Amino acid sequence: MTHDPSTFHKYTVVAWLEDKPGVLSRVLSLFRRRNFNIESLAVGHSERPGVSRLTFTVLGDDRMVEQAIKQLDKLVNVLRVEDITHKPAVRREMALIRVKVNAQTRPEVMQLVDIYRAHIIDVSMDSLVVQAVGNEERLNSLIDLLSNFPITEMVRTGPVAMTRGAAGKNGNGKHARRMAL
Amino acid sequence: MKRTGAQIVWEVLTREGVDTVFGHPGGAILPVYDAMPAYPVRHILARHEQAAGHMADGYARVSGRVGVVTVTSGPAATNLVTALATAMMDSIPILAITGQVPTTLLGNDAFQETDVTGVTQAVTKHNYLVTDIRDLARVLREALYIAQSGRPGPVLVDICKDVLNDETDYEFPEKLDLPGYRPFAGVDMQAIEAAAELINQAQRPVIIAGHGVQMAHAENELRQLAEKAHIPVAMTLLGLGDIPETHPLSLGMCGMHGEARANKAIQASDVLIGIGMRFDDRVTGDLDAFAPHAKVIHIELDPAEINKNVPADVGILADAREALQALLPKVQPAEHREWMAQIEEWNRESQERDILNAEVDELIPPMIMRELWHVTQGDVIMVTDVGQHQMWEAQYFLHERPRQLLTSGGLGTMGYALPAAIGAHFAAPDETVWAVVGDGGFQMTIQELGTVMQEKVPVKIAIINNGFLGMVRQWQELFYEKNYAGTPILSPDYVKLAEAYGIPARLVTSQEDVSAVLKEAHEHPGPFLIEFQVKEEVNVYPMVEPGEAIDNLIRRRIVQGPSGLQPAW
Repeated sequence: MTHDPSTFHKYTVVAWLEDKPGVLSRVLSLFRRRNFNIESLAVGHSERPGVSRLTFTVLGDDRMVEQAIKQLDKLVNVLRVEDITHKPAVRREMALIRVKVNAQTRPEVMQLVDIYRAHIIDVSMDSLVVQAVGNEERLNSLIDLLSNFPITEMVRTGPVAMTRGAAGKNGNGKHARRMAL
Repeated sequence: MKRTGAQIVWEVLTREGVDTVFGHPGGAILPVYDAMPAYPVRHILARHEQAAGHMADGYARVSGRVGVVTVTSGPAATNLVTALATAMMDSIPILAITGQVPTTLLGNDAFQETDVTGVTQAVTKHNYLVTDIRDLARVLREALYIAQSGRPGPVLVDICKDVLNDETDYEFPEKLDLPGYRPFAGVDMQAIEAAAELINQAQRPVIIAGHGVQMAHAENELRQLAEKAHIPVAMTLLGLGDIPETHPLSLGMCGMHGEARANKAIQASDVLIGIGMRFDDRVTGDLDAFAPHAKVIHIELDPAEINKNVPADVGILADAREALQALLPKVQPAEHREWMAQIEEWNRESQERDILNAEVDELIPPMIMRELWHVTQGDVIMVTDVGQHQMWEAQYFLHERPRQLLTSGGLGTMGYALPAAIGAHFAAPDETVWAVVGDGGFQMTIQELGTVMQEKVPVKIAIINNGFLGMVRQWQELFYEKNYAGTPILSPDYVKLAEAYGIPARLVTSQEDVSAVLKEAHEHPGPFLIEFQVKEEVNVYPMVEPGEAIDNLIRRRIVQGPSGLQPAW
């Protein structure tokens, strides 16, 4: 069965990894050689010592993402993988944005930053550094506006995500691997 | 007790039952070789590390145990890559131990340093770099466990030389702690029920049995299912022998060079049961046109294979044997007379086109393969290389049992046969091992005649010499207007070469000599080499053009000649 790119959409997946040398390299190498279309990737510590938490977004259809998850889950150092695309979850990304300003435009930028509940974390005569946290759409919209001033430098972390509600499982649980019938 | 790192390697291996290793020594692995004679281990010296890897592969395929290969750092480890990739594609349990430069030189571009874990990441099931002796025993134990559990595969352990020389208190690590590795799935009874329901309602069922049946030792259960529910069985290349090819329900091999009856039955089936196989492109051809009317049941141990190529209506994530044991009592006895009559009709058509039933006075490979089956009464281990002879062997030698045919199915590694046959011998020294090779592939690992000589390996070598890289030439003939660029290949005088290694040899150039020489070789107690100089431009038929539906077959043309039917060359 072939894949039709017009049906592709974005999936958010969380993976728990053993914090050992080379694990991230294994994950990245897998994405590359299996030709998975990764849009963003964020990794850091989880609540458990020795376990890292990876959030990535991938573009594809259901079967492609099923493959990505299953292949990832096969890696010996990957503890658990969860597709949270269709689950109630909070998704947040951080951006640092350096905007070129002058005496006239500075207040305008500061106003926008306020509206978006972002922060100014560095100020110089001719630039501001804005720290913004939010979901992807919100950041896109702020960046769109700031680009009019213009933006001279920017970094985005890529989204991290967590399901809503009661305590989530940690990376230790064996997850049920029933096939979809 | 105090042990050096090198001693720990042998302590763990011998404790886990390893008694044979294949390898090639060198600087960084020297401590391991230095410690070896004190342990009950037989070492087979290969002439090239790739071949050592294939030997371990052949040993593993026949014994069902982990094949172990030990080589040094740098070029030795990179030479091993092809053998690891071969084992990875065919799910063969191998433990590769490579020496590495001392930890103090790691990352320094030291002499014979290569980032071996980096290089082999994509061609191993898992790999390790050991930089601390306290990790060594645990890592080796884990490596052996990972290699042979679940869907097997090669695991590499790269050990720094100073770790091998270090000393520590050694204790065998009894407990394994691999929280991210879950190789076993329980049988899902709901899926079994759903599968049984489909099978019980089927009018035109077909099984495609693969390598997983052999690895799970599920051949008896497979046969029971086929007989009870009257289901014909097609086999993948690596599945040949899952059910005896002489069994009335065997359809033989399916896929690109499969039997017409097998491919047509798959395409016409209403329920298709894939067991221990992965719907590889050489099996399915055009995926969009594959088995268009079939509900698909897929029994497979690797979750990532279910829904990868062919969406499963019922996926059963399980060991083939456990799944079939659960399925058997739920399946009702059936008889599919019309369906089998239709298949028999397809079979009759094929028989009329079979080159063995035509008038041919030249020496052709299919005839050699069938004769080899007659002479050996099918009771041998066959090891084939890659190319036309590999397909002819698959078609004309009738495999009777699992683990009887060793071949590089997934990766298609030329040069595989001779070293794998050597490894096979050490796994089953009482069986006769035949290596069937082409003139192209044989010349890729021809140096292993030295290993045959040194270790007195009684392997029988049949070289099918057609003066071409035959399968590539066939593609050039069919798809590149006979532009034979780069495919004509010269051979040395193989008989003289064999003699130089002290191996008796014969040259066969005509049909009448085939049987007698095969018999002589088969009955000879030691190694024996036969060069068959065969008709040059013979094609493997039937053939499915890559990307075509598998029932869209290119067939051999047979024409009326003066004394009977003849192939149109």
